[in-house]
Amino acid sequence: MTDAGFILGSYAITFGSILIFTWRTIRSGRNLSDGMSDEEKPWL
Amino acid sequence: MTLDPPSTVSTTSRRGTATAATRAVGVLTIVMIGWLGVFGLLLSPADRDQGDAVRIMYVHVPSVWLAYLAFIVTALASAVHLFGKSHSMQADRVAGASAEIGVVFMAVTLVTGMLWGRITWGVYWQWDARLTTTALLFISYIGYLAVRGLEGSRSQRARRSAIVGLLAVLEVPLVHWSVKLWRSLHQEATVLGTDLDVSLDGLMLFSLFVGVVAFTLLFLWLLLHRSRVLTMIDLSAETGLDAALAQRRAEGGVTA
Amino acid sequence: MVRAVCAKDLRIEQRSKVLTSQIMPFALVTLVLFAFALDGDAILERTAPGLVWLAMLFSSMIIVQRSFAVETADGALDALRVAGADMSAVFWGKWFALIVQLIILEVVLVVGAIVMFGIDLRVSGLVLLVTSSISATCGLSAVSTIYAGLASGVRGRESLLPLLVLPVASPVLIGATRSAEAAFGAGGTVVSEGWPWLGLLSVFAVVFSFGGSLAFGPLIDD
Repeated sequence: MTDAGFILGSYAITFGSILIFTWRTIRSGRNLSDGMSDEEKPWL
Repeated sequence: MTLDPPSTVSTTSRRGTATAATRAVGVLTIVMIGWLGVFGLLLSPADRDQGDAVRIMYVHVPSVWLAYLAFIVTALASAVHLFGKSHSMQADRVAGASAEIGVVFMAVTLVTGMLWGRITWGVYWQWDARLTTTALLFISYIGYLAVRGLEGSRSQRARRSAIVGLLAVLEVPLVHWSVKLWRSLHQEATVLGTDLDVSLDGLMLFSLFVGVVAFTLLFLWLLLHRSRVLTMIDLSAETGLDAALAQRRAEGGVTA
Repeated sequence: MVRAVCAKDLRIEQRSKVLTSQIMPFALVTLVLFAFALDGDAILERTAPGLVWLAMLFSSMIIVQRSFAVETADGALDALRVAGADMSAVFWGKWFALIVQLIILEVVLVVGAIVMFGIDLRVSGLVLLVTSSISATCGLSAVSTIYAGLASGVRGRESLLPLLVLPVASPVLIGATRSAEAAFGAGGTVVSEGWPWLGLLSVFAVVFSFGGSLAFGPLIDD
C-alpha cells in the first residue's frame, strides 16, 4: 500500500475521534445520571 | 462548602443514558463500523487512477454525510422550536446535540480530506467551492455552539441559537455560489490534475454504502445519548438553582 | 419609527465623533500596516481592493459593537421593547444608520488607497464601484445588525461578534473585492468582469436584510 501513513492515519483519526466523543458522551451521561432519580429521566 | 450525597438517588436508579433501543443501535453501529474497516482497508480494490488513496473515501464521505445530516437536523429542530406552538425545549436540545456532533465530524472530514488531497493533488488544501464552503460552515457552527454557551435564560438561549441555526442554512448556498464564481475566474483546476471524483465499481460502491449506513446509525446513537445528556444538564442547572435558593433562604432564616 | 431610530443613531454618532476621531484613523492605519507587511508597490496595487475591504470588515466590527453598546448601556433597547416599538422598524433604522457610517468609511478608505497604493480609478469603473459598494454595504450592515442584536448585552460579545459575522460575510468580501478589482483594473481585469458580482452582492443584501428584519424581533424580544 502506497501512502500507507496517510491512509491508515485518516482511519485512525476518524475512529479515534469517534471513540473519544462516544466515551465522553457516555461518561458525562453516567456522571449526571448518578445524581438523578429515574423519574427525572424523560427517556425511561 | 460541604458536599452532601444527592438525596434524590434512589436504589433503583439506572446509570447512564442508555435504553434497550440505544443499546441495539449501538451494537449495530459497532458491527457496521467493524465491517467498514474490513471492506475499506482489505476487501475493496485499489482504484485505477488513485490507487490505495481511494480507501480514505470510505471514511471521508460518510463523515461529511454525517456532518451535513447533523446540520440539517439542527436546522429542522431549530425550526420546530421557533415556529412550533409549544416552543419545545426538547427540540432545542436536539438541535444543540446535533450541532455538537456535526462539528466533531466536520473536523474529521476536513482533516481526512486534507490527507486525501495531499496524496491525490499534492497539496493539503485547494480553494475549491466545496472545500471552502465546508470550512466556513465548520466555523459558523463553532459560532453556533458559542451562542449556545452565552449567558441568559434558557428560553433566550433556545431562541437565539434557533435563529443562528437557521441563518447558517441561508449561508450555505450563498457562500457556495460566491466561492464557485470566484474560482471560475481562475481556471487552474487542470494544474492540480484529478478531481476527487472516482468511477466506482460494485465493491467500492458497496464499501461506501457500508460506511454511510454505519455513520447514520452512529449519528442516531450519538444524538440520542447527547440530547439526553443535555436534558440532564438543563435539569441539574434547574435543581442546582433551586437548592441554592433553598439554602440561601435557610441561612436568611437563621440569621434573622 | 425607522427614521427615528436611524436619526437617533446618527445623532449619537455625530455628538461622540467616534467614527471620525477613532475608527477612521484605525482604518487608515491598517492600510499603512498592510503596506508595511506587503512590501512592494506592484503587490499593493494588485491587492488594494482586498486590503480596502479587509480594513472595512474589521472597522465595521468596531462600529457595530458601538452602535449596540449605547443601546444596552442604558437599557434603551428594553425601553423600546416595553414601549411596544415594532422591532423590525428598529432593525431597519439601525441597518440604515450603519450603512451611512460604513459608506463614509468606504469613501475615506478608497481615497486612502488611491493616494497610498497608487491606484488609478477609471471613470468607466466608477459606476460599478459605487453600485457594488452600496450593495455590499447593505448586506454587511444587515448581517452585522442581526448578530450584534443577538449578542447585545451579553458578556464576551466583543470576541463573539467577529466569529459569527465574518464567516457569513465572506461572500460580501469575495464579491466586493472582485468587483472593486474590476473597477480599478487591478491585475489586468476589465470593468465588465465585475457585473456578475453585483448580482451576488444584491442577492446577499436582499436575503439578509429581509431575513434580519424578520429575525430581529424574536432575537431581542424576551
